[in-house]
Amino acid sequence: MSDRTPVIIGIGLSDYPVAPHLSEREHHAQALQRALADCGIPKRDIDGFMTFKMQEESENSVAEYLGINFKVFGGLGVGGACFEFHVQQACAQIRDGQCDTVAITYGSDLYTRMGRSLGTKGAWKASEVNTTTSSFEELYGSNIVANYAMATRRHMHQYGTTSEQLAEIAVAHRFHAGFNTNAMYRDPITVDDVVNSSMVADPLHKLDCCVVSDGGGAVIITTAERARELKTRPVYIHAAQVGQTHWNISQMPDFTRTAAADIAPRLFAEAGLTPDDIDTVQLYDSFTITALLLLEDLGFCEKGEGGSFVEGGALRYDGRLPCNTDGGGLSSCHPGMRGLLLLIEAVRQMRGEAGETQVRDPKFALACGAGGYLSGMGALILGTEAP
Amino acid sequence: MAEYIQLPEDMSSLADIETTGEWKPFWEGLQRSEVLIQQCKSCGHKQFYPRYLCTACGGEPDWLTFEGEAVLYTYSVIRKHHQPPFKQMSPYIVAMIDLGDGVRMMSNVINCDLDEVEIGMRLKPAFVEAREGLTVLYWQPAQLVGDS
Repeated sequence: MSDRTPVIIGIGLSDYPVAPHLSEREHHAQALQRALADCGIPKRDIDGFMTFKMQEESENSVAEYLGINFKVFGGLGVGGACFEFHVQQACAQIRDGQCDTVAITYGSDLYTRMGRSLGTKGAWKASEVNTTTSSFEELYGSNIVANYAMATRRHMHQYGTTSEQLAEIAVAHRFHAGFNTNAMYRDPITVDDVVNSSMVADPLHKLDCCVVSDGGGAVIITTAERARELKTRPVYIHAAQVGQTHWNISQMPDFTRTAAADIAPRLFAEAGLTPDDIDTVQLYDSFTITALLLLEDLGFCEKGEGGSFVEGGALRYDGRLPCNTDGGGLSSCHPGMRGLLLLIEAVRQMRGEAGETQVRDPKFALACGAGGYLSGMGALILGTEAP
Repeated sequence: MAEYIQLPEDMSSLADIETTGEWKPFWEGLQRSEVLIQQCKSCGHKQFYPRYLCTACGGEPDWLTFEGEAVLYTYSVIRKHHQPPFKQMSPYIVAMIDLGDGVRMMSNVINCDLDEVEIGMRLKPAFVEAREGLTVLYWQPAQLVGDS
């Protein structure tokens, strides 16, 4: 009986943070090339494909461009979390024998196409289609940043969280970006720099917001059996869980609690672990509040204590819970949907390939993507050894 | 002196939105200065935005006129916007309004000082005709300055 335990065997990042020489589909292609070269699997062996497009015509057209004729296909769109959703599906399909080797790809030329002001400028448009968003949110001039700002305001009101505490998250991630020669912003910043940066939507400042960049990635998942003949060290997927509490922010039941709180018990039960076992986290950080809510909801601290938890450099690679060791979306790379990029950083940590910000002898990493407006959540626990 | 938040005279540049289908009674209600929410005929669950089915039990929602005061759940202040009417509105308040029983909606809070806005403040509706056929629901302090 062959060992069909799914493992991540190949990873690749396309050029970032600014890559005017690459279109969206070329980001997919370059990242896939690099992931194939990473593990040495021939492209023809890929029999499962999952992706989510930005501007391209369809997920199927991305598969066509890459020349992948799949047996299993996934085009699940859950914004920034869709790639964690893909991993959950890929694991099930591989275990079930529907396919042997899945490639998950992502590509985006967001910065090159739109410039920097997506969160504020792109928000109000006369929508081409009438949706719940246009009729019940855009009508009031809301934008992406304001949506997250409302969650921030509510968290501050209920739990006394301060702008200075949120700033600690941006400062730690920038510290990591200083070691990443590709990161969009690398100069160190202080808490004062964050709270004195311009107010975008009260109470979120400019440096509470992620960068807008180009970028892409590819991840190849196969069976533990197949991995034995390959050169890279397999990274095991100990748990994959997803959930959603709402899509539009105005339908969020509790602005201080995300679906990650529903996922966490299932996730740790599946892995047979607790938050104390996790050596590093790679969390979606579209805004500082996103990472703070995920830390609480995933159980790394009590609800409402995220502010004090992140103080004093706790999230640095040498701190209590190393977080976003590549600089994250806040400082390194956020091409619109970061979920695959944070997964790749988790794999690099598990392989011991994270360079200057490598966490010492990590056994387990948690990666959590967040899609929509604190809406769809997908979390994975990765490990260096078989479950 | 805090900035006074009010709508510009001309709100006609608001984009066209869907006011038909299952949302039609809500928009028609606003033209009569009524806030309509839904309540399930089977289980009593209340909801907004309007839907064909009850999100709790899948049953058939009925319409209910909201009475009383709402409460500000959370908000943000947007200081700059590039397009009308929000350019003329700036700074303006985007807010979530609690209508009780788990019913909540996004809106703007108007007719108040910027520094008067706080979570928990009591609000009443303001019905504003942006243009012929489109009345929009806003919220304002339950006790307006000058109210007796």
